[in-house]
Amino acid sequence: MNDVVICLFASAGFDKAAQGLAGAGRRLADELGGRLRAVVIGAGADTLALEFSRLCDTVIIADQAELAEYQPETCLNALVRLCGELSPRTVLLGNDAYSQEIAPRLAYRLGGSAVGDGVEVRVEGEALRVSRQVYGGKAQAVIELKRMPAVVWLRARSFAPAPARAEAGEVTRAALDIQADTRTRVIERKREEQGEARLEEARVIVSGGRGIGGPEPFTTELQPLADLLGAQMAASRAACDAGWVPPTWQVGQTGKKVTPDLYLAIAITGASQHMAGISEAKTISAINTDPDAPIFKHCQFGIVEDYRKVVPLLREKLAALQK
Amino acid sequence: MNILVCLKQILDPEIPARDFRVDPARREAERGSANLVTNIFCENALETALQLRERTGSAKITVLSYGQPSAEDSLRKALAMKADAAALIVNDGNANPDPLTTARVLAAAIRKLGTFDLIMVGREAGDWGAGQTGGLLAEELGLPCVSFVDRIESEGGQLRLKRQTDTGWEVLEAEPPIVATVTNDEHNLPRIPKVRDVMMSYRQPLTKWTLDDLGIEANEARAGNTYYQVAELFIPQKETRCEFVTGDTLDQKVESFAKRIVEVTSAL
Repeated sequence: MNDVVICLFASAGFDKAAQGLAGAGRRLADELGGRLRAVVIGAGADTLALEFSRLCDTVIIADQAELAEYQPETCLNALVRLCGELSPRTVLLGNDAYSQEIAPRLAYRLGGSAVGDGVEVRVEGEALRVSRQVYGGKAQAVIELKRMPAVVWLRARSFAPAPARAEAGEVTRAALDIQADTRTRVIERKREEQGEARLEEARVIVSGGRGIGGPEPFTTELQPLADLLGAQMAASRAACDAGWVPPTWQVGQTGKKVTPDLYLAIAITGASQHMAGISEAKTISAINTDPDAPIFKHCQFGIVEDYRKVVPLLREKLAALQK
Repeated sequence: MNILVCLKQILDPEIPARDFRVDPARREAERGSANLVTNIFCENALETALQLRERTGSAKITVLSYGQPSAEDSLRKALAMKADAAALIVNDGNANPDPLTTARVLAAAIRKLGTFDLIMVGREAGDWGAGQTGGLLAEELGLPCVSFVDRIESEGGQLRLKRQTDTGWEVLEAEPPIVATVTNDEHNLPRIPKVRDVMMSYRQPLTKWTLDDLGIEANEARAGNTYYQVAELFIPQKETRCEFVTGDTLDQKVESFAKRIVEVTSAL
């Protein structure tokens, strides 16, 4: 009853989120005195299960052809069945779109409570408390969950990974016979070009905001800079809403939550909703014409200049320094 | 087609951080001089519904809100944006009810309002950002749910929903009725209503119900904390001192900026 179950969609592989999720799960299981169990679902589950067997006490593969590709209702039914049978104290998921879509409904069907976007989970007496940002990152709240199991989706990438165990955990296959629920069906799935290397996994990010002024400089100015740095490209909500770059580039409270070693914000003011997406970045730096721009309050270093002047010169300097 | 769009009125999320205060004892944000606005994702949902109605030619859009009496303004604005009907459930209890309470109240109101093919909510709100109302509402109503939708088409009695994923997008086909949570993209920025339509909207009918009108456990709804409760609310004190690169010329400044970047990235 004190077990922690982590649920993963295998499609993203053994990434930083999967590792952080296992880390968060292990620490919580130790605190509760329970076991750490993983439920892995979807194509690629076998490979991922092997990785998790080194970190978890048990790993369960949801084994059914209908679950290979994500379908919201069918996957939800499978997780309800598997988590229900394990009767855990806590279920942890990542903050990918699929997990966010499913978590509240999973909690509902298990008779529990959910809370999302957690950055810290701790046990307090009988209750579970989860810290999360609210008001677009302007404030932090601690939420106490009233029902068990507690279903929590986490900013998994900001959690340290779990130590490997001496003995591998047992991997089992749950032969499921979940009826496919066809009231909704994914009929087309498209990956944006950059989506191949995920923004959330990037170690360096070059990001542009409203001050970029249009779509072209993203291609002509920022992209070559990103290439030099081996960085991924991102953008603020304003730049995405303007249609300059795809919505998958959006970083912020309502976009991606990223955890790079360096986040270079170019012509981004730094509204709190944007900062909420980069609060776990190791180093933040900015190029902005306004020395009072809120972004600088979060920067370790910055330059007050027009990016149009800085970026071409910066590329030259970086290329020279890298030689 | 009958469409219902849920709207939440919130404290304007655009207020600068320096003007933002919380009351830690009551675990609520202070209103201060901030405006009350409709949550942006709710407006994205309404805009998506309006565009769907424009394409199908015939659809009725009802807007629904559970909130303080002031939430009437959000509904009036929605009418000015050309929603067809509006209903307000007045919250005279916990001003920040947990997501399950909200979902139960909305579900009861929806059942009382009629039957709908499509129920839309914003993906999350700019205040508490729980991101749970859509999913829990779907459960309360026994319907499927599709999240992070930015466009909806109707074709031969079926719905086609385009939605954003972490790596791109998906298209889902769905049999109504369903619940959809809506996110923003360049095509569903909410339209600005005409001033005249805003004025006219205050003459349009608007249904108002109390929690006691809905046939639910009204006192439990007023408490609004059987699912979870806010144990603490505070403003984290975290400010970094930014080191601005210096130099007599642009060239010198960029040179030292480049060096700082190399320092950070070569340590990777």
